[in-house]
Amino acid sequence: MKRFLGFVKKEFLHIFRDYRTLFILFGIPAAQILIFGYAVSTDIKNAGVAVLDLSHDEITQKLTDKIVSSGFFKKTGTLLNYNDIDKVLKKGKTKAVIVFENDFGKKLISEGKASLSIISDGSEPNTATLITGYTTSIINDFTMEFAGPNSNNSIRILPEVKMLYNPALKSHFMFVPGVVTLILILICALMTSVTITREKEFGTMEVLLVSPLRPVQIILGKVMPYFILSFINVLLILLLSWLVFGLPVKGSIILLLAECMLYILMSLTLGILISTVSKTMQQAIFISLIGIMLPTILLSGFIYPIENMPKIYDYVSSVLPPRYFIVIIKNIMIKGTGLMYIWKETLILIIMTLAFMGLSVRNFKIRLE
Amino acid sequence: MRTIFYLIRKEFIQIFRNKFISKAIFAVPIVQMLILVPAVTFELKNVKLTVIDKDMTPESRGLITKLNGSTFFKVSFSTFSEDEANNLLHRNKCSTIIEIPSGFGNDIGAGKQGKLLVSIDAVNASSAQLTWAYLNGVIRDYNADLIKKNITTIPLIPFPLIEVTNRYWYNELLNYKYYMLPGILVILVTAIGFLLSGLNMVREKEVGTIEQINVTPVRKYHFIIAKMAPFLLIGLTDLALGLIIGKIAFNIPFEGSIFLMFLASTIFLIAVLGVALFISTFSGTQQQYMFVAFFCMIIFILMSGIFTPYESMPMWAQDFNLINPVAYLMRINRMVMLKGSTIHDISRELYSLVVIAILFTTLAVRRYRKTA
Repeated sequence: MKRFLGFVKKEFLHIFRDYRTLFILFGIPAAQILIFGYAVSTDIKNAGVAVLDLSHDEITQKLTDKIVSSGFFKKTGTLLNYNDIDKVLKKGKTKAVIVFENDFGKKLISEGKASLSIISDGSEPNTATLITGYTTSIINDFTMEFAGPNSNNSIRILPEVKMLYNPALKSHFMFVPGVVTLILILICALMTSVTITREKEFGTMEVLLVSPLRPVQIILGKVMPYFILSFINVLLILLLSWLVFGLPVKGSIILLLAECMLYILMSLTLGILISTVSKTMQQAIFISLIGIMLPTILLSGFIYPIENMPKIYDYVSSVLPPRYFIVIIKNIMIKGTGLMYIWKETLILIIMTLAFMGLSVRNFKIRLE
Repeated sequence: MRTIFYLIRKEFIQIFRNKFISKAIFAVPIVQMLILVPAVTFELKNVKLTVIDKDMTPESRGLITKLNGSTFFKVSFSTFSEDEANNLLHRNKCSTIIEIPSGFGNDIGAGKQGKLLVSIDAVNASSAQLTWAYLNGVIRDYNADLIKKNITTIPLIPFPLIEVTNRYWYNELLNYKYYMLPGILVILVTAIGFLLSGLNMVREKEVGTIEQINVTPVRKYHFIIAKMAPFLLIGLTDLALGLIIGKIAFNIPFEGSIFLMFLASTIFLIAVLGVALFISTFSGTQQQYMFVAFFCMIIFILMSGIFTPYESMPMWAQDFNLINPVAYLMRINRMVMLKGSTIHDISRELYSLVVIAILFTTLAVRRYRKTA
């Protein structure tokens, strides 16, 4: 035991000696939380819109003002003919063009019907859908105002909507759990795999293997400091999200921390597994970073819900541990549910951890080739 | 010139000596593109609904049928207990509850407004907003159906109507693959070039082989160029592979000039490799480099506008993006590939990339010390 503690101390010294790594270790989560909180948003604001007004009357003017002053859009220009549409859209600053037909106002008053079209840049589908949606609802409001008090007559069903768990529709509720999930698996897998392959690559593994320490102790000693550091990281992220966004943990904090420990353990064993198949640090870094990053961001349900993907991705993503952890952390943090609701996901994570452990033990070579 | 040529050859030999890396730099992008590109979409499909129908009239049943008939929704559960519905929502069995209170049908029949309660799981805010928008659309349609049916019983005052037609240019059907492919491609090319080039450089320091270069008459810029060239070629090859996959597997159109895209990507790669080598001059070990690179890469990628609209970012974030090469290429790729933008349309982005490339490559050369 004393030997083991000495080894753990050596590992800690290795880590603390390099203050830059330590700084970044804690800097990454903080930076990510702030980026997601303040810089990145899936909503649209100030999207560039140009107007092609073939009618030029009071009503088109009013409607244009209403659209531009809504806060979602920024007017980037007034076009004169159809050929300009392609030109401005290709420049990229303008995301949509609103075209009023000839005699728009006159037709609306005399015939009670006028038409306009929204031409948006489909190369950014999400922005295009949102712009079309917002513009259409502004136009609907406009017609209501224009028609006066009688327009209510056409509404038969009055739906009342309640946004559960997140009434203000803040994107932090999605990003904070996502960041925890992404960062933990990347950092843990990256660090353990690199620290072990480093010893292999430089030949110091040999020194450790001939020492009286048993292989299990070596691995445990390597992993222990990162376990503690990652756990501190979790606390830091939760504290930050609470202080900066006022995002509390609704459910049991003990349960949340226990689940985080399980997830950290899983990520660390994954890192060990990667180290057993990598010969060099470059290889370990390649697998842990390039191999894990994009699939975790895109397939775990962090940003893009899995239900919306083609059916086969339900199976593809089921091999990714982050997929289960996302469910767990969202349930505990935001919905405030207990273990009853997430025991299945927890069990899968435990099984994955054991599987990674078993594979690592099998692959771990105590002899030199 | 011959010196550079030999140095580049040395680099190639070193990179391809590692069997794993030499395969992975081409295989990983191919596999990830094939798997990831078709997966991602913001479209809604089969949103699971739980319905609490306390009304049980033809009107309420009509609404449920209407919802079930749309491609976006699926009524997965129907119950009379609110607790059970909430429970289903808690367990992620459904994401939306629609409650039709009793009296709904009567009110509508009497010409009054029928009330409807909708609860949406809003943990993912943008998804919840979309659900609500689509749901509202279906309800509005049903509303119109009801009016048509009852047109004789209640006099309707005609009111003006603005007909709105939407067109989505360059991507008529809003195919997400068109949007994601250029984005994912940029990230993969960035990640591989950025990580490996810097690691390679730092490895020479860590293992000590850089001393052997330092004592030769090899010039500083020779060495930096030789470190960049292989990854520039690898990056461009990956790009070409990605475009071929896009064409063959996903039939993604290529409107603009391929030459322009490769020109932009070359400048971009020089910029990225310049940043990578610049960072590597500060790092003594691969571990250190890896962390700094990871940090920069994550920030570059998240701020580049791959998942989120660029214009919605606050001003300070857009200012930061002036030095973010990934943000430029993200825009250039999508513009050239999908819209066929010309060199005039993207000139500002190109100039900025050139400035970043020159700046960081110069810094990397200057910071690199041949003396210990």
